[in-house]
Amino acid sequence: MKPIEIITQLLELIVALAAAPLFVGWINQCRAWLQNRSAPSIWLPYRGIRKLFHKDAVIATNASRLFRLAPYVVFGAMVIAAGIIPSMGTRLPLTQVADAIALVGLLATARVFMSLAAMDIGTAFGTLGARREMMVGFLAEPALLMVIFVASLISATTALPAITEHLATQRLGLYPSLAFTAVAFLMVLLAENARIPVDNPATHLELTMIHEATLLEYSARHLALMDWAAALKLFNYACIGFALFIPWGVSTRGSAPVALLASIPVLAAKLAVAGALLAVLETVSAKLRVFRAPEFLATAFLFAVLGLLVHLLLRV
Amino acid sequence: MTILLHSPLDACLTLLALWGLIGLAGLLRPTSLKYVGRTLFPLGALCGAVLAVVAFTSLSAPPERAVLIVGLPDLPMHLRRDALSSLFLFLLGSASAGISVFAAGYFRRGHGTSAGLLCLQYHLFLASMGFVLLADDAYAFMVAWETMALSSYFLVTTQHGLEEIRRAGFLYLLIAHVGAIAILLAFGVMQGGSWQFTFDAMRHAHLTPVWASVAFLLALFGFGAKAGLVPLHVWLPEAHPAAPSPVSALMSGVMLKTAVYGVLRVSFDLLGGPESWWGLVAITVGLFTAVYGVVFAAAQTDMKRLLAWSSVENVGIIFAGFGLALVFHAVGMSGLAALALIAVLYHALNHSFMKSLLFCGTGAVLHSTGERNLGRLGGLIRQMPWVAWLSLIGALSLAGLPPLNGFVSEWLLLQAFLFAHQVPQTFVNMLLPMGAALVALAAALAAYVMVKFYGVIFLGQPREATLVRAHDANVLERIGLVWLALGCVTLGLVPAQVVGALRTVVRQVAHVDLSNPTAPWWLLQPMPGRQASYSGLVFFVAVTAMVALTIFGVRLFYHQRVRHSSPWDCGFARLDARMQDSAEGFGQPIRHIFEPFFAMNRELPSAFDHAPRYRVSIGDRIWQRLYEPLGSLVQRVADAFAVLQQGRIATYLLYSFVTLVALLAIVL
Repeated sequence: MKPIEIITQLLELIVALAAAPLFVGWINQCRAWLQNRSAPSIWLPYRGIRKLFHKDAVIATNASRLFRLAPYVVFGAMVIAAGIIPSMGTRLPLTQVADAIALVGLLATARVFMSLAAMDIGTAFGTLGARREMMVGFLAEPALLMVIFVASLISATTALPAITEHLATQRLGLYPSLAFTAVAFLMVLLAENARIPVDNPATHLELTMIHEATLLEYSARHLALMDWAAALKLFNYACIGFALFIPWGVSTRGSAPVALLASIPVLAAKLAVAGALLAVLETVSAKLRVFRAPEFLATAFLFAVLGLLVHLLLRV
Repeated sequence: MTILLHSPLDACLTLLALWGLIGLAGLLRPTSLKYVGRTLFPLGALCGAVLAVVAFTSLSAPPERAVLIVGLPDLPMHLRRDALSSLFLFLLGSASAGISVFAAGYFRRGHGTSAGLLCLQYHLFLASMGFVLLADDAYAFMVAWETMALSSYFLVTTQHGLEEIRRAGFLYLLIAHVGAIAILLAFGVMQGGSWQFTFDAMRHAHLTPVWASVAFLLALFGFGAKAGLVPLHVWLPEAHPAAPSPVSALMSGVMLKTAVYGVLRVSFDLLGGPESWWGLVAITVGLFTAVYGVVFAAAQTDMKRLLAWSSVENVGIIFAGFGLALVFHAVGMSGLAALALIAVLYHALNHSFMKSLLFCGTGAVLHSTGERNLGRLGGLIRQMPWVAWLSLIGALSLAGLPPLNGFVSEWLLLQAFLFAHQVPQTFVNMLLPMGAALVALAAALAAYVMVKFYGVIFLGQPREATLVRAHDANVLERIGLVWLALGCVTLGLVPAQVVGALRTVVRQVAHVDLSNPTAPWWLLQPMPGRQASYSGLVFFVAVTAMVALTIFGVRLFYHQRVRHSSPWDCGFARLDARMQDSAEGFGQPIRHIFEPFFAMNRELPSAFDHAPRYRVSIGDRIWQRLYEPLGSLVQRVADAFAVLQQGRIATYLLYSFVTLVALLAIVL
């Protein structure tokens, strides 16, 4: 392993850990502006996490060890996932041991642990949330895989850095297949991160919750980890999107080590724009009924399959 | 020891014979549970472990033959051990070792078959599976195959006092025999007019493409009936729950794989050059089976039935990979054919461990609670921590999550599907990546099924008051479960070594090889160049290190104060166990989304009901649309023939006379 690889890897992990709550704060702020509310501080997510870490944990009397282990597993999985996605540089040693399919598997592991933990206490809303979370998951996961497959077919590899490098060094042109899959990916991102229209991150009305319902029994440090992991998940999905659809500005193999520094502001700019767009999307759309969520995700899956077909038909 | 080294085939035969002897020894003191359970079953497990070692060490040994002079005159049994046999013998030995240890602690005094007889049937079943894998002529194969079917039939009907179990056994026997007839016919076609029924003669027989295709389709039908391909799957969800849990584990984990062995043997070894459309047939049937199986698994409320449907799914995935290998082999793409074939063998190996683990886990639950119905379980992780944590490994494996073993084989299969677009036929290469979409859907649904299975049984609050008295598995059962769980973990962590071993098998059987010769020992890199790589071990270490770091970091910087309190009840102070999501509730989104798959019967309450009730039952459309009409057709034909049956001896003599005259007329 060369020093530059280790530096890139550590930088990716640290930036993801540090910037994920900021990204959430930024989206909340944009949304507040658009909805004509006075915006909370952009640092609020950090304060929330800090506050939670200092509180006493309250745990249900019948909780098993699985319940207490799950936040750590979910958080650890999300951090490692951040290390697999080339958001700033493609010289990542971790991507050799885990390709894009393993990344999807890792995200699924986190989801399964979260759902199992939600079922552990045995309250009505926890199990309901677990069921809905898994329902969204089993529809979103194949769609995400199809999105990744289209990019893999274009670049003949399932290794994410190689895909990013391939797409970044191509002549600038429109891939019709990628246009379809970008739509599919956006829908998956919204569903998987509990955003409107599938779930509402701001809701605390139990009957409509999905993600929040799975966290109902968590408090203090466990909740802090879960919240942080959720922010990391959103950050990771955004970075997957950047790696597949707007890979420019990433420091690639063969570029000077200084390019890595230049890629930090590029990532910041991408995140700022993506966050603002997400806020617009969430402002102009309404939440779907839970029963309509499968249709929404089936549409995403179909878009991804369409992208695959277009790629195979037109070879672009 | 020398015999082991010199001739693995002789060693295998000795071990199979030992299994037979252990079975017979059970008859000496058939009612003594202590003798049968504490002595004979562990001995059988030991034989299994030795068999696994012998088979593993002989993987790369050249093929060897033997002739057993038993059976009919002039019809000796030809036996042959090659890499493919060795691999499946390894599967048989290693999985059965764990299951037998579990079984040693499992069988109790019951109403059904006595322990000694059960021991005979069980070990005969094991030995006959071994002979199926070693047979080298159609006669020996069919004898072993039928012994396997019959001994497992008796095992399924252990609780023969119950009507539903006799019914399940009958259905199993019926479909096993329909399949066996098809296999027999396939052998008949494959001898190609030489009337030599040794496999060697079949390898050298020159079949026209039409007859080769007929033989393949017959074999696919016959072995598919044993494996549980849709629409021949109907016996699986009936027979698996009926059998005692270790037997379910053996049937699902090992017996289904003999069908995979058979279909691989026929299409790659005996028929030689497959044609690409065979592969398309297998892929279509396999993918449909996979999705159909997992959708039904998600809607089940009986834990063993759920696992049986999940076996249908996994068989579907295996056959889809097999079809893919056929396509690649037919168009001469050696590297990808090897990749798909390795994925098939890997998944077969994985499934034998993870499904056995879960079936044994349900057995332990069944023993301590007496319940198979998911609606009456819950919260068992507190009473049965051993079973719960070991089953978690099996559930995560079956859900196809990294870094466990289920993920690796699905990863390999997805890679094979993904790079299938290089096939020269345009139509085929358009269609194949679509297969990846269905594999992904089946895998994602499998995760849903496993969360349901695990969450409803082991997590939450106990749904019945009696569950708090549940006890954990006994020592022997724990050893068996640990063995199977270790298998899952090991197969997941060292994929490169497993693939290396499977490569030798694939090279010998199908004469294809991966196109990537070199990779570091810890890295699985089945494709040339940097196309794809995965390392279970490093991945596991990375995630575990990160989790440990988080735990350590939180401990270091923050206090560890914890208060215990009752769960949050949303202000509604009478939260009880019945308000948890049930197995039916977990099935609801699936029933909703995949409605056309099910034959659903819903009973909804009206607004004016005094005792409102909601009932839903789901049936298999294939059973209603295919088997019931078929059954009544058979009944009608039989009724029509019944006219011949007069009961008078003179009429029967007349029939014989007329037949004789007719035959003479034809012959002369």
